[in-house]
Amino acid sequence: MKMEVAHTYNYAFLDEGSKREIRRSVLKAVAIPGYQVPFASREMPIGRGWGTGGLQITLSLIGEKDTLKVIDQGHDDSVNAVSIKRLVETCSNVRATENSEEATIIQTRHRIPEIPLRQDQILVLQVPLPEPLRRVEAKEKDTKRLHAEMDYSSIWLRLYEDIVKWGKITIGADYPSMVNGRYIFNPSPIPRYDLLKLHQANGLFLFGAGREKKIYAIPPYTDVKPLEFDDYPFEVENFDGLTCQSCGSKDVFLDEIYDAETGKKRYQCSDTGYCQTKQNERGSFV
Amino acid sequence: MGYVAVTGGQKAIEHANDLTKYYRLKNADGVLNIKEIEAQFRLLIDRVMGEGGLYAPEYAALALKQAEGDPAEAAFLLRAYRSTLPRNHYSLTVEPSEMRVLRKISSSFKDIPGGQILGPTYDYTHRLLNFDLKNEETDVIKEFLADFELSSKVDGEDITTYGKVTDLLQQEGLVGNHSCEEVEPFDVTRDKLIFPASRSARLQILSRGETGAMTSFAYSSMRGYGVVHPTIGELRVGYTDVYIPYPYGEEDDSIYIGEIMVTEVETINSFAQNEQGNVEFLLGYGLTFGQNEVKAIAMAILERSLETEGTSPTQDEEFVLLHIDSVEAHGFVSHLKLPHYITFQSKLDRIREAKNTKQNNKTIEQAVTFNPF
Repeated sequence: MKMEVAHTYNYAFLDEGSKREIRRSVLKAVAIPGYQVPFASREMPIGRGWGTGGLQITLSLIGEKDTLKVIDQGHDDSVNAVSIKRLVETCSNVRATENSEEATIIQTRHRIPEIPLRQDQILVLQVPLPEPLRRVEAKEKDTKRLHAEMDYSSIWLRLYEDIVKWGKITIGADYPSMVNGRYIFNPSPIPRYDLLKLHQANGLFLFGAGREKKIYAIPPYTDVKPLEFDDYPFEVENFDGLTCQSCGSKDVFLDEIYDAETGKKRYQCSDTGYCQTKQNERGSFV
Repeated sequence: MGYVAVTGGQKAIEHANDLTKYYRLKNADGVLNIKEIEAQFRLLIDRVMGEGGLYAPEYAALALKQAEGDPAEAAFLLRAYRSTLPRNHYSLTVEPSEMRVLRKISSSFKDIPGGQILGPTYDYTHRLLNFDLKNEETDVIKEFLADFELSSKVDGEDITTYGKVTDLLQQEGLVGNHSCEEVEPFDVTRDKLIFPASRSARLQILSRGETGAMTSFAYSSMRGYGVVHPTIGELRVGYTDVYIPYPYGEEDDSIYIGEIMVTEVETINSFAQNEQGNVEFLLGYGLTFGQNEVKAIAMAILERSLETEGTSPTQDEEFVLLHIDSVEAHGFVSHLKLPHYITFQSKLDRIREAKNTKQNNKTIEQAVTFNPF
């Protein structure tokens, strides 16, 4: 596999023209925070819907000096993360890492690392459904108009109806939020817990939706506000009083694990890179 | 430990890769030869090239071998390869009226210019399993080929071109005679599809569409969920020349770069009054790589259907064009196999909270909708 790809394909898989085009779309996305920039998404050697949007951004940005981290559900070792990492390694000379502080580009599905992003780091998110208004409007033609006119009444109504029916807003991950006071956007299905990390962050967040052919961005130091009502404020996932069984961390996003033998519920850091660092620091290997 | 079992990354993947190779080869007496796949799985090759959007029979055969014969997986391999190729030229408009015809039929007319030519088709075979194929022998095959080629004109230079059935109707003023300019098409592989889609974009998406999905949609239009139930004016299969503009020449200069096999279908639908007040038939158009007849017919039906105002699913441009792509549909449906415990954790949190809030109200009337991304 390694030989074939190296000999048959261009550096970083895509041809230079395609990479340039994707970088232009990224620049436009950065210039208009939260706006969904259409781009000519290419078919990639992984499944459409398996992270091709993020992968195209990563491949169009990556160069010899970069260090790449890929995570899926917080895991460096999750199968899709490994597969994407291997693809990038095979068609470039880029070094991979599991330590988020070493990485210059982090491609991710579902999680933002626990350690805040620095100015020199880019987080690339894979996006399944970029359109926040899809929840209330099926047609792209109409959602484009609603964004243009900043007509967001239908999504607010959806939240209101949730409260009437359930007493809570029931949207879990991928919680719709307002960017820079202009566009409502989907933060990719990161948990609500991670959403707050986007607000006035130091690093750059790029979102790539391959199947839906859109790129958008949250530049550094940009306002990101989850949609909420004064009397029904935004709530993050609750892990009060719980600690990671491996590294003992509190105040992190935890995976809920059922022990196959005892059936007991246990908790463990979802960010495996962070968990490993903490374990090393504490010298405790559980 | 539940989902944790699907991690373990590198080693697990390597082993799974070896296993696929093992399953592909385990009961093999001999290795499948790419050339034989190309020759003997001709229709499958044509289908994969059509859905892959790349005219390359040899690569389609390679993809099929690699994919253990799964057409969706093979089309996916071709598309992924195709996306790495630079786009250097757009060809001039291909002229199917000058096609070297292998097969042409019309169900609208008993006789057409040059007659009905059945060509290679399974339409009139009885679908009985031919057990003789279990023991085909090379010598017998060679003998058959030699005899047949002596007595018939096949695949050679004798194949001729014929005028088109719709030209007859056009001379009578029964179909619209719209002129069109030769303009560079909207390229769906280089721009995001926007709605309403231009005609060239629409035709490209249909031409690359998944055969089964398009057949189902077209079928739904014919049997009640739509308005289009056409007659085939003409279906033709044959070779057509491809030219690109000569980069340094005058406006009309062009270079011949080769030929491709295509299937073209023109369907005749109900008639309507045009802008000039004349009554004329409405046509549907389908064109695919290779011999791909049902798909080309389905394309003509869907193309016409999308040109007609109405509320059935097949008249909804976004519904049809966004859902017939094999690579996109296949990818997104299969992504459900990836773990989803982060979103599910988030959802668990919500259901527990909602349950606490609703504690006094024992009946939960409706399940919470949730998107498992």
